[in-house]
This record gives sequence, C-alpha cells and structure tokens, in this order.
Amino acid sequence: MSVTSVRKDPEQLTMTVTAEYDVPADRVWQLWADPRQLERWWGPPTYPATVDKHDLTVGGQVSYSMTGPEGDQARGWWKVLEAEPPRRLLFEDGFADETGAPNPDMPTMVMRVEISDRPGGVTMTMSTRFPSLEAMEQLLGMGMEEGLQQAMGQIDALLAADPAELTPR
Amino acid sequence: MVVDQVTDAEVDRLFRALADATRRDIVRRVLVAEHSVSELARDYPMSVTAVQKHVAVLEEAGLVTKRRHGREQRVAGRPAALRRAQQLLDAYEQLWRHRIDRMTDVLAENDRGGTA
Repeated sequence: MSVTSVRKDPEQLTMTVTAEYDVPADRVWQLWADPRQLERWWGPPTYPATVDKHDLTVGGQVSYSMTGPEGDQARGWWKVLEAEPPRRLLFEDGFADETGAPNPDMPTMVMRVEISDRPGGVTMTMSTRFPSLEAMEQLLGMGMEEGLQQAMGQIDALLAADPAELTPR
Repeated sequence: MVVDQVTDAEVDRLFRALADATRRDIVRRVLVAEHSVSELARDYPMSVTAVQKHVAVLEEAGLVTKRRHGREQRVAGRPAALRRAQQLLDAYEQLWRHRIDRMTDVLAENDRGGTA
C-alpha cells in the first residue's frame, strides 16, 4: 500500500510513480473505472472533484470539475487513447472551459497506467509525459506563489553579478 | 490541477548555496564548461577538500551535477531550464504521493465494506 519508486527525468519531462497494493487488479482498476471512487482521490481535500461524464472505452471521455474553498471551479477532461481493463489505461489529460469543453489555450499531458500482478497483490505504474517545459509550467505552475517565482528569478541575477568580490583567482 | 509550491526548505538550500562568492564563481564556470574538482581547486586559495565541500553544497541545491570520469570528479552546471523542470517534477511527485495516499484510503474503506 505504498509508493515503491519515483523516477523523474527533467530532460525527457517524464515522471513514473510505482505503487504496490495488496488487493487484486480488478479492485485497483475500480479506482479509475468507478467515477465515485475516482472523485475521492483525484482532487485534493481542498479541491474535491466531481466527475460528470465517465467513459473509459477507447475514444471515450471523462469530464470533471474541482471546486475550491472559495467556490472557484477548475474543469478538466480526459480523452481515453487505450483501455484494457483491468491492466492498462492511456489517456490525454487537459483543462476545460466552464462548459466542460477542452480549453485549446492550455496544453495537455499524456498519462499511462499499468497494473500488473505480483505475489499478494498488484503493482501499479503511472507515467506522465509533458510536451514541453512551457507546457509543464502552465500545467503545474498554476499554484506557484508569486513571491517564490520572483525568488527563482533572482537566482539568475545573483549568478550574473560581478565576480569582483572574489579576490584571489 | 493545483500543485503545492516548492518547499521553503528547497529555496533556503538554493539561496544558502549561492550566498558564497566561491560557490557562485564555481556555478558560473561550470555552466560554461565542465571542470574537474582539481581544475576548480587550482584557482581558489583553498584545499581540494574544501572545494569538494562547496561542490557538494551546490549539488545538494540542484545547481550542478557531478560525474566520475576515470579518477576525476567532473562538475557540470545545470541550466536553469533543467532546474525548473526538476522543481516542477518534484511538485508533481508530491501531488501523486497525495493521490496515492487517498487511493489507499479508498481501498481500505472498501475493504471494511464502506462506501464505493
């Protein structure tokens, strides 16, 4: 019942998380295939998800909204590219406008889920690939504090500062 | 999707790493070209061990990477884009760790005959 490995590749912009569960594959598949279960883990407690459309067949769509503490809403969608219950799911994950239609101004990411048997349970591997650093910034940087972003910007300035204060050379 | 910001500890590490003039100089040099630790040490009035320590601090902060080449330790700068990608992936990792914790809760409740 825990994360067994995390591989992050900043050059390829991919992340793969592996977790083990002591339950059968069908049971783990339900975390994805049952919209009521999905909405209990997809969004953080402060942004619970409500799934309003859910079709995990190839070409099918999932549509959901997440509601924040101030009543603010974020909508998202998946487009199912491959599905092989209870083993494999490949989907595109993106943001939607307020009507639930894909927002063409926002990038998307591709996510792959694989569930394989091991003694006493299953291993679930989840991989995400981001299309570019800019896309990643847009997708993940949304919650980044402004002050922090400024701080990060200062680093380059700091490095560009004159090395004169370093006397012996 | 809303991702938690980079941790304060991480920012502290970064600024502490860059608060030292020698370390800033090392970063500038290795961003231009890879250097061995002994090559770097030649230009500073300090021991190779001291330079190694500086490099370790920079590595910890994600500003440089080290690789072994024969008997040498080669140090290379990590461009800002790579650092940023790493940070975003770290934030994304946290998001998934939280999701996996919640998955575990859902599975546990189901075992007890609860919801779902």
